[in-house]
Amino acid sequence: MSKQEIFEKTNQTVGLYNVNFDVYDGETFVLMGLSGSGKSTLLRCLNRLISPTDGHILIDGDDIAAMNTEELRNVRRKKMTMVFQSFALLPHRTVIDNVAFGLEIQGVSKDERYASAEDAINKVGLKGHGESTTSSLSGGMQQRVGLARALATDPDVLLMDEAFSALDPLIRTEMQDELLALQDKMKKTIVFVSHDLDEALKLGDRIAIMKDGYIAQIGTPEEILTNPADDYVSEFVAGVDRAKILTADNVMKRPEPVVSINSELTVAVQLMKRHGISSIFVVNPDKVLQGIVLIDHAVAAMKQKKKIVDIMIKDFPKLQLDTPVKDIIPIVAESQYPLPVVDDANKLRGIIVRGSVLGALAMTDEEAEEKIEEVAQ
Amino acid sequence: MVLPNLQIGESVESVVYWIDDYFGFLLDFFSNFVDILISGLRDALLFLPPLAFTVIAALLVYFLAKRKAALAIGTAVGFLVIDSMGLWGLSMETLALVLSSALIALAIGIPLGILAAKNEVVYHITKPVLDFMQTMPSFVYLIPAVIFFGLGNVPGLVATVVFAMPPTIRLTNLGIRQVPVELVEVSDAFGTTPMQKLMKVELPVAIPTIMAGVNQCIMLSLSMVVIAAMIGARGLGYQVLVGIQRVDIGQGFEAGLAIVIIAIVLDRLTQNLTPKK
Repeated sequence: MSKQEIFEKTNQTVGLYNVNFDVYDGETFVLMGLSGSGKSTLLRCLNRLISPTDGHILIDGDDIAAMNTEELRNVRRKKMTMVFQSFALLPHRTVIDNVAFGLEIQGVSKDERYASAEDAINKVGLKGHGESTTSSLSGGMQQRVGLARALATDPDVLLMDEAFSALDPLIRTEMQDELLALQDKMKKTIVFVSHDLDEALKLGDRIAIMKDGYIAQIGTPEEILTNPADDYVSEFVAGVDRAKILTADNVMKRPEPVVSINSELTVAVQLMKRHGISSIFVVNPDKVLQGIVLIDHAVAAMKQKKKIVDIMIKDFPKLQLDTPVKDIIPIVAESQYPLPVVDDANKLRGIIVRGSVLGALAMTDEEAEEKIEEVAQ
Repeated sequence: MVLPNLQIGESVESVVYWIDDYFGFLLDFFSNFVDILISGLRDALLFLPPLAFTVIAALLVYFLAKRKAALAIGTAVGFLVIDSMGLWGLSMETLALVLSSALIALAIGIPLGILAAKNEVVYHITKPVLDFMQTMPSFVYLIPAVIFFGLGNVPGLVATVVFAMPPTIRLTNLGIRQVPVELVEVSDAFGTTPMQKLMKVELPVAIPTIMAGVNQCIMLSLSMVVIAAMIGARGLGYQVLVGIQRVDIGQGFEAGLAIVIIAIVLDRLTQNLTPKK
């Protein structure tokens, strides 16, 4: 029976059915779908802002769906907090009192909760704004407060309901980057709802694509892009077609930084540190690719006064300028290093990292065409 | 007539007399309590000489109402005008009656409003009752009030409370129901108890609307005390009534002006009490 038939017979709408998934500790799990697909409903079931009529929701082995009020309140206080699309800050409170809200209702003393709140405020980059009123902040800053509020109680799980959708594109990208950076340090378990493919690919360790209240596919971004489970998913990730059109030279970054094979090892280490990267390509004076040096090896070898030639790795995957993106995806997913793109003379022409491939697939059609033209010229 | 005479009037009358017969002791107790409240408040207001009272009132208004100097000065000038008309004592009598009525109306109205916002059954019961209370001509309340409490300030207060309470209930209910759903979700998602949700989220967010109800309540109280003079409530209302009976334009106008001054001061004060966002 379809959703429509059920509605006609019972006047009840099917919110979710047959939804089964695990979210692993420390991963960012994106629930993604069009509006009305049930993704926000599903998120609200996780902390029972909406109670499911049937089924189980397990956290640390306890079934949230079966909890009484007291147990549920405890989970909401200690284990799970939420960030809202509309920020949902309390208008009568200052920033710090908003951030301290979760601790306040747990009865934490003022000094203690202000200290934790201050920490959370600094974490999201709002140092010094504690005493501001929320209405004086921009949208991006307001959502930082929302994020700080959710972090202040130090929960295990963060539920983020289209947390960045209400922000303008530039700020949204900035917030995504910062969430990634924060997540790198915090290793929280995040369930993130989004309707934006770009965002899902960027943030998600795994993505669940929802349609009409069920999950059409769960998988890593690569799996979903390369191996869509059904027509709906492949339509949804229409960017997959681009994977056949776009080639390595469309999606590669400029080959920077690189280190000359004649340089001292310390130069390589310096460069990697300055750019915050963990590996660097080695070229000869004609820009012909020689190998790759990893920061761990380099630092260890520096003490033994070794040279770049001694420690560089020579055996690693290389891409040609015309390698199609669909062939790159599995390689980049497997590879521990960035992938070099070389021309026929083995000269280094560009570098591809995982993000640049996914970003290219999430481009709009116009952006993709521009890229292709750019290279053609 | 399609329907036979349903004797509605007679039924209400017998209910009123029945209450008076069987609950007289409760009514007496209430009457004494209210009488003490009003006269106590009046004595307190009259404790200071007019000039000292005026200064203190102006300062109070200044500090309570966001430090608006114009408001404080206006208050002082208004009170001095009242004193110069020789209506000080009567004005304080009226103020005491208004404040007592408003206090009781708020003490009943705000909790009832909260209850109505939280409970659909209460809401659906209060709604028609409030419609009834607000549309029934206010003079009608005077009759049972007199039967229960005789003549004087107490029946005046009771009629005033009945008349002035509905907007408080309505606006408290409205204010809480209008709290944005995502703020309620925030509250729940962070694990508040129902009481914490009310005190830390719903009431603070609803305060501007609730204050509008408080303002309405005080204004309606003031407009009712004149009518209440018909059943012996003392103060400026009685002065107006006498003015009408004697066709004494001057006396009627002066008493009316004093009421207007009190009304404006109370109105501006309550409007400015709402905390800034």
